[in-house]
Amino acid sequence: MNEIIQAFFQAIELIITLDPSVMEITLRSLIISFSATLIATVIAIPLGFLIQIHEFYGKKMVINLVQTLYALPTVIVGLFVFVFISRAGPFGFLRLLFTPTAMIIAQTILILPIMTGLTISALTGVDPTIRDTIRSLGANTRQYLGLLVREARFAIIAAIMLGFSRAISEVGAAIMIGGNTQTSAFWTSTRVLTTAISLETSMGNIEFSMALGIILLSIALVVNLVMMRVQQR
Amino acid sequence: MEKRSIFLVVVVLVAALLICGCTQSEVAATEPPQTLRIATTTSLYDTGLLDALTPAFEQEHNAVVQIVSAGTGKALEYGQRGDVDILMVHDRARENTFLEEGYGINRRVFAYNYFVIVGPESDPAGIRGLQPEEAFTTLREKGIEGTEGVVFVSRGDDSGTHGKEKAIWQSAGYEYAADVQQSGEYYIEAGSGMGATLVMANEKQAYTLSDIGTYLAYQGDLTIVPVVDEGDILLNIYSVMEINPAMHPGVNTSIAQDWINYMVSDDVQQQIAEFGVESYGRPLFNAAAGKADTLGIPAEECATPLA
Repeated sequence: MNEIIQAFFQAIELIITLDPSVMEITLRSLIISFSATLIATVIAIPLGFLIQIHEFYGKKMVINLVQTLYALPTVIVGLFVFVFISRAGPFGFLRLLFTPTAMIIAQTILILPIMTGLTISALTGVDPTIRDTIRSLGANTRQYLGLLVREARFAIIAAIMLGFSRAISEVGAAIMIGGNTQTSAFWTSTRVLTTAISLETSMGNIEFSMALGIILLSIALVVNLVMMRVQQR
Repeated sequence: MEKRSIFLVVVVLVAALLICGCTQSEVAATEPPQTLRIATTTSLYDTGLLDALTPAFEQEHNAVVQIVSAGTGKALEYGQRGDVDILMVHDRARENTFLEEGYGINRRVFAYNYFVIVGPESDPAGIRGLQPEEAFTTLREKGIEGTEGVVFVSRGDDSGTHGKEKAIWQSAGYEYAADVQQSGEYYIEAGSGMGATLVMANEKQAYTLSDIGTYLAYQGDLTIVPVVDEGDILLNIYSVMEINPAMHPGVNTSIAQDWINYMVSDDVQQQIAEFGVESYGRPLFNAAAGKADTLGIPAEECATPLA
């Protein structure tokens, strides 16, 4: 038990003293997952809109499929992206394997379904009487959409936050696509919080792992607090 | 309030980007460094040898060395797909196939050491001092009988060390897939790197096969000890080779050859021979230069610079 407490305090020390390698890994994690969330937002929200406001054949099935993919395993995304970007694959010429860019792609794919699906739910959740009222007051499509977003904005923000949380906490795709490398240059390295925790624990550096774990949890906490803040308004 | 918190997040991220941008531009003052990608075995990476050797190379050649640590099997797979420029592995038999198939060229042996069978101090299987083959035979028999405390943790990840383990089983007269795998609860396949496997064997107070380098590097955290460390079959030879640019035109062959020559240079051979003395009281590796006979390999392959 003493060991655990000791490791915990060493972890806190690593964080307070802004240990360079801890900071570097944290920063890389944030940038990669934030970028993935940004890209996924730009794709998922319009896509969710398109699916929600149009009536088409097989719409229910599409929504079902999107919802099934909420549970998309990270290692399958990893495998899928690996086959495409490995040198022998169709996009191999881009030399993307083992780069942060590739990790962003993988995380974007990973969180697209959940963000699209939650956007659809958010829009569906808008009270039908509000929708009818907007329509009956003579709003054109543009105004209608604008007001719909306004009504659904909290749920959409929640979707984005959830996407970010899933991206930053996943380890399977990050290790398969990034390779968990550490180099002398920031942008050539692919070690992020989750993969570093996995490696350092296997190497017996429990304090270091714990420090990273605490940071990861703190990030989740901050995301959650921001989300609550936004939703309370 | 909502706007302010979003604004704060953006400010932090922009600041972060700027910091990274600055630190990077310091490194790349003149031209952008080229990247050398190396796939290596976990036993080599976990000892920290490569981390010690890369800075000097990076400075000399204006390069960034990116090391992907994986078992030899996976490293060979990366090489076959052309995802890396250099392989640093230790499985002669599979390396030979890899070279014959034309995926790799310019193999050079740069270091060697030995494998050891490590296990609990009390040695419940009673294999201390046996020949490796006898030791494995005894482990298997006692394990199947269910002798208390006899457990063997295998890498089980198709790595070079796993390859060596299979070779010992074979040399002892067993068919690996049929006679050993799933022959009983005593035989556990870890499916992880050398360091992780040692940690696992230690937790379970089990036996395992390890290269001496990784064992010594982890010794401080372990209570298991070497019980078998003699036998010709335990020789462990590390090679470096480049991926054939004819197979994968994208690989960076010039920097790859620089790396091979760097590894076999007198200076680095000296460093390899001394690596670990300070921390572990003895070297983790032996330099390969001039040891062609000991290793039973052709002289031109033994730490000789590329033509």
